[in-house]
Amino acid sequence: MVIIGGGKASARAAIGFREHGWEGSITIVSDETLLPYDRPPLSKAAITDEADPHAVLLLDEGMIASLGVTFVGGAGATSIDRKHKTVHLANGDEVPYHKLLIATGAEPRRLTTPGAERALMLRDLRDAVEIRNAFTPDKNIAVIGGGFIGLELAASAVSRGCKVTVIEAQPRILMRGVPEDISSIIKARHETAGTTVLTGTGISHIDATHVVLSDGSKVSADIVIAGIGASPRTQLAEDAKLTIDNGIACDAGMRTSDPDIFASGDCCSFPHPVFGDARLRFEAWRNASDQAEVAAENMLGGTKTYRAVPWFWSDQHDLTLQIAGMPGLGKTIVKRLLKDGAFILCHLDADGRLVGASGIGQGNVIARDVRLLEMLVGKLSKPDLAILADGTAQLKPLLKP
Amino acid sequence: MYVNQWIEVCSTDDIDEEDVMRFDHKGQTFAIYHSPDNKFYATDGLCTHEKIHLADGLVMDNIIECPKHNGRFDYRNGAAKGAPACVNLKTYPVKVEADKVFVDLGA
Repeated sequence: MVIIGGGKASARAAIGFREHGWEGSITIVSDETLLPYDRPPLSKAAITDEADPHAVLLLDEGMIASLGVTFVGGAGATSIDRKHKTVHLANGDEVPYHKLLIATGAEPRRLTTPGAERALMLRDLRDAVEIRNAFTPDKNIAVIGGGFIGLELAASAVSRGCKVTVIEAQPRILMRGVPEDISSIIKARHETAGTTVLTGTGISHIDATHVVLSDGSKVSADIVIAGIGASPRTQLAEDAKLTIDNGIACDAGMRTSDPDIFASGDCCSFPHPVFGDARLRFEAWRNASDQAEVAAENMLGGTKTYRAVPWFWSDQHDLTLQIAGMPGLGKTIVKRLLKDGAFILCHLDADGRLVGASGIGQGNVIARDVRLLEMLVGKLSKPDLAILADGTAQLKPLLKP
Repeated sequence: MYVNQWIEVCSTDDIDEEDVMRFDHKGQTFAIYHSPDNKFYATDGLCTHEKIHLADGLVMDNIIECPKHNGRFDYRNGAAKGAPACVNLKTYPVKVEADKVFVDLGA
């Protein structure tokens, strides 16, 4: 078994092979020298913690040893020879595979405006360290992109004493991610923290001291951060002539167009049975884990289908946002008020089926209900709207037949 | 030598069946559970994975699930039930007397 990648999906698959009784070899190939590590802290704790930034390893030396995994770090895969079932590495080595898992993740989209070379982007721990070192007190930081990564980095910059401006081209922040009810609260929270949030504003160019907006006005910028979305890392798969469709195209069992090659996580797209087999691609931690679990079982001959409901979170200042399911498929919204101003929006389609939930609150106050709503989405449930709308009414009974 | 240190936590009806409550005592945080078969249990309050308060999580049968990364534990014995939770939770003895729940925090 060979895995390409150094993140959550990679680590989960390695554990999964042993959980399902595989006693043969497991090799993880990563272009980073670090053992597989967790990416969500890179925009948050790695930058804000007093302690020196460090990787949160998903497989440490002890686990690598006890799982019997061979880790090849720092020499990324350069090509896949499907005929000879071999992965070629940058150092000239060849790694033969019985089954191969591609878990290469996604990479930040690059700005193309003049001066874009000054913009820092976040993908790995080295980027996080560079950004952290740049976030010194009273520096002017311009964050281009009001999506999750941009806003998390904006909050982290403020906590290190920086003066931050977020610049978003869309009419509001988190346009693709959440309804306006939620994005307006997040915007207000950033503004309370002293951050300037500019929306509906394009960029002309970046010079040595400023980001120049399309209307000619200037935003002071000692440091520029770009967080304008991510693209699936599919080059290896493309070169190997695997089918690509908004990422490496997989079936519901995470198989690519080659039955000996599987993919998981941000790099792949797949049909989702909970949402009418729509072909989806997610950039989310739990999705990477869930898919790798399915892939590992199927690589050993299993017949499992990936049907986990998507879920992710974002922490900004003291707020946590969680989204489950596919809120964008909803036609109507039922608002569920919880304590201390927290709330969850329940998204229902035209037939009254719950298709998603999006919530916001301090700490983890919304977590339990979002989790229950996620389970209801997975059960294709048409829940009682009065119960959804009443924040004191228990959701758990809705799950029981 | 082990010395019992029974601390009163709450009344039995303060926690619904199949639910959990946070309990803080002298700078330590605990999670107190009421199982579907009407028994009470206590564990450390923070997930062994990334120190998240478990009392914000979901109880299903005998499992508590961390609200952040879905690490799962059997709260009756603290057993971690798979990635990302790999380290077991510490558990504490619990007793019920006169409709009050007590937890033993003895050394």
